[in-house]
Amino acid sequence: MYETVIGLEVHVQLKTRTKAFCGCSTEFGSQPNTQSCPVCLGLPGSLPVLNKTAFDYAIKAGLALNCTVQEYTKFDRKHYYYPDLPKNYQISQYDLPVSIDGFLDIESEGKIKRIRIKRAHLEEDAGKLIHQQDVSLADFNRAGMPLLEIVSEPDIHSPQEAYEYLVNLKSIIEYLEISDCDMEKGSLRCDANVSIRKKGVKELGTKTELKNMNSFKGVKDALTFEIKRQEEVLCEGGVIIQETRLWDVKELKTVSMRSKEEAKDYRYFPEPDLPPFIIAKEKISDISKSIPELPKAKMARFMKDYGLCEADAKILVVSKKGACFAEECMSLYQNKNKKPLVNILIGPMLSEANSRNRGLADLNLKVESLLELIGFIEQDLISNLTAKAVLKDMIDSGDLASKIIKDKNLAQISDNSALEIEADKAISDNPKIAADYRSGKANAIMFLVGQVMKKTGGKANPKAAQEILKRRLSDA
Amino acid sequence: MDKLNALTAHELLKKIEAGETGLHNASIALEERIREVEPKVKAYVRLEELGNAGREDIAPSGALKGIPVSIKDNICTEGLNTECCSKMLSGFKPPYDATVIKKLKQSGAVIIKAKTNMDEFAFGSSTENSCFGPTRNPWQLDSVVGGSSGGSAAAVAADEAVLALGSDTGGSIRQPASFCGVVGFKPTYGRVSRYGLIAFASSLDQIGPITKDVEDSALLMNVISGYDEKDSTSVNIKVPDYRKSLVNDVNNIKIGIPKEYFIEGMDSEVRDIVEEAINKLKSLGADCKSVSLPNSEYAVPVYYIIATAEASSNLARFDGVQYGFRSINRVPSIEHRESGLISMYKRTRGEGFGEEAKRRVLLGTFVLSHGYYDAYYLRALKVRTLIKQDFDKVFSEFDCIVTPTSPTPAFRVGERAQDPLSMYLSDIYTISVNLAGIPAISIPCGFTKKGLPVGLQILAKPFNEEMLFRVAYTYERSTPWHRMKPNI
Repeated sequence: MYETVIGLEVHVQLKTRTKAFCGCSTEFGSQPNTQSCPVCLGLPGSLPVLNKTAFDYAIKAGLALNCTVQEYTKFDRKHYYYPDLPKNYQISQYDLPVSIDGFLDIESEGKIKRIRIKRAHLEEDAGKLIHQQDVSLADFNRAGMPLLEIVSEPDIHSPQEAYEYLVNLKSIIEYLEISDCDMEKGSLRCDANVSIRKKGVKELGTKTELKNMNSFKGVKDALTFEIKRQEEVLCEGGVIIQETRLWDVKELKTVSMRSKEEAKDYRYFPEPDLPPFIIAKEKISDISKSIPELPKAKMARFMKDYGLCEADAKILVVSKKGACFAEECMSLYQNKNKKPLVNILIGPMLSEANSRNRGLADLNLKVESLLELIGFIEQDLISNLTAKAVLKDMIDSGDLASKIIKDKNLAQISDNSALEIEADKAISDNPKIAADYRSGKANAIMFLVGQVMKKTGGKANPKAAQEILKRRLSDA
Repeated sequence: MDKLNALTAHELLKKIEAGETGLHNASIALEERIREVEPKVKAYVRLEELGNAGREDIAPSGALKGIPVSIKDNICTEGLNTECCSKMLSGFKPPYDATVIKKLKQSGAVIIKAKTNMDEFAFGSSTENSCFGPTRNPWQLDSVVGGSSGGSAAAVAADEAVLALGSDTGGSIRQPASFCGVVGFKPTYGRVSRYGLIAFASSLDQIGPITKDVEDSALLMNVISGYDEKDSTSVNIKVPDYRKSLVNDVNNIKIGIPKEYFIEGMDSEVRDIVEEAINKLKSLGADCKSVSLPNSEYAVPVYYIIATAEASSNLARFDGVQYGFRSINRVPSIEHRESGLISMYKRTRGEGFGEEAKRRVLLGTFVLSHGYYDAYYLRALKVRTLIKQDFDKVFSEFDCIVTPTSPTPAFRVGERAQDPLSMYLSDIYTISVNLAGIPAISIPCGFTKKGLPVGLQILAKPFNEEMLFRVAYTYERSTPWHRMKPNI
């Protein structure tokens, strides 16, 4: 009886060499306060200078998200006091963000759904506080890092849609190569605004803001929990309080952080240290030309050029590097039907990649070596099962499939004389099963095939073994 | 013969070039003079920082080789205290030099290590709002020096500075220059880098010279002007050699005299002296006509909205976290409900800022607050544009505008300290210039019967500093005022 309304605010840390308004390095994981200067420390007298690359990246993202890039844009100061914010204001954008009015298409219940993007603006990050027993320490390495905040309209109606939106958004940003989009390192952060209302009601319900989710699954779980919590509150006749709630990943629940009953006044006003920017049409069109083929287009092309089904293509285009690797494989793969290759890519390859927390293209595996391995499967030299093990070995050792198969003696036994001996043995060791088969239980033969496989240490070609078993059983 | 410290920079440079005096002698003479008159004038703060002159490293070549320059306490000097004369910044030693300081060092100038006194964070027009106490006017010690760059102006007037830098947000260079009988120059907004100037109101602030004569002003402008990639509001327009503007000729120069600047309530002596100066310019060949700047009456209210709004934001960073003053006082019984952090913020800012700083932060916070922004800040921005347009219109027909610098001569110490509004009105003639972003100069143009100096203000269109130098130089050539010295 309730309908869910979700809006997402995603912060993407832009992968520039230097910070948003000064020349400090953006490298991750350095010693505290080794990447700071008078500007990002907000020392008296210092002035910000906009990083042109960060600005270009923001425009690029805006264009890729189907936004209108504004010709006239400016920065504003957003004021709040916190020790990790050196100037006690953040340089952000208020009423004239770089880009506005975009959208992102996602798949929801088998249909394409359009999620509108309200705005995408550039701002600087704050530092980090490290709380100890009696004191808090401030690390300003992160202060002044360039962030792009992408705000969706409240068009998302389920945790699954939120998840889909994030996956799609991340994929696009990664394709643009403007961010690492690594939630664990904080280069992608997501806050969610969520409310519920009775079906058919037009006004939005009171929303809560969810923070502290450090994975897409976390976002989905937090939303699922929060929607249920709000429903329970309303069902019991209670009211939702507008507040910020933190996702507790251990307890799997949202916890109230602070009440937003008193609306915060950030006292935004135009940043007087940075004159407004006028973006030339030529600049927009130049940046537009630099946008690579995006996941949706690539997916369509994979389906058309390589005859992939939608589901397979969708998996392959998630990461740009992975898609490039897959495309190289597909173009070098002789067979017109790419399915056998694709099955390996999205099956064993992807699971090896996932288990190593890497991408398809980052497994140190040459396209040629992978194709050699697939050749061996197709020649029945090894079984699919063996292939999985060989693949793992190839990735671990860097050796070629041929060497591994030879060294470990993994080639399938398709040689009939050897298999016939094992087949006879299996039949004589299991007379009852053999009798079952002969009396018409066709499936019983699979047990015998299994026995042959077992005896040969998995090297028997299962098809060959089955053929021989069938023949021997009908001979006798 | 005059002592070295009493010379102008251009006179000193000639002596140095001619080998008549050593590179360090000017700063040695200056140090002696500072120790002699400071007990009376108090133009400098933290005199203990001064050190012994004569051992400074001097860049091997440059336009100001061997010339001492005194610096206002809000311009960052690497390793030297820069405190804006506020308890809030006590002990703050910037790890970097402001761009103007870098340029001065490269030009061979000697930076005087004690800084000059000012109103706290440049909030004031008398240098009484300094946590170190007021500077006294060398012409009459019971009078104020004007402000906020009062220390720089007094030091130049008392020959305890050869050249000085001030900053001007609403008249803070020109008004004290006029009160002290010296030359104060406010460049076009964007002409001089603000990098390293501790901001009061970012859209109005400019650093500029305070000097003994117009030629020195041009000399110092030559060194400090120019585009700086560290200041996005600095403008990339070629800087001319301002010494070439020092032409003794105002024939047919068209000068506008704004009628709104000669109003009831202005000091009659100031009026007479300024009118005489205008007559002098006429006799020198200038074509002077009355003009109108109809929105002048709104300048003070507009200024106090925009300037305080920006100041409230610029001063937000002074919170006791990273540098400067931090209150260690806590009264748990009263503040037990507040976190230690909030308590630290409140006490640090409550104890660290002076009265005027608090007043302006409160005003600025108010005008930027939700629900008031449109009525105050936004409206003020619109009127600012109208004020700018008034000037554009006049400058389409006139080469410059001449006005008094201040409606009165220096007032007595303490006279206006309790009345912020009367204090604010002493900048009534200087504020519009900052709102419009145009350049202006104040030069001495006479003395009252009591012996206090009066200043003449000349304004020109943006980036036409040359016109100011030309008119001011011509006037100066035919008048004795800049050569007068206080008896101290």
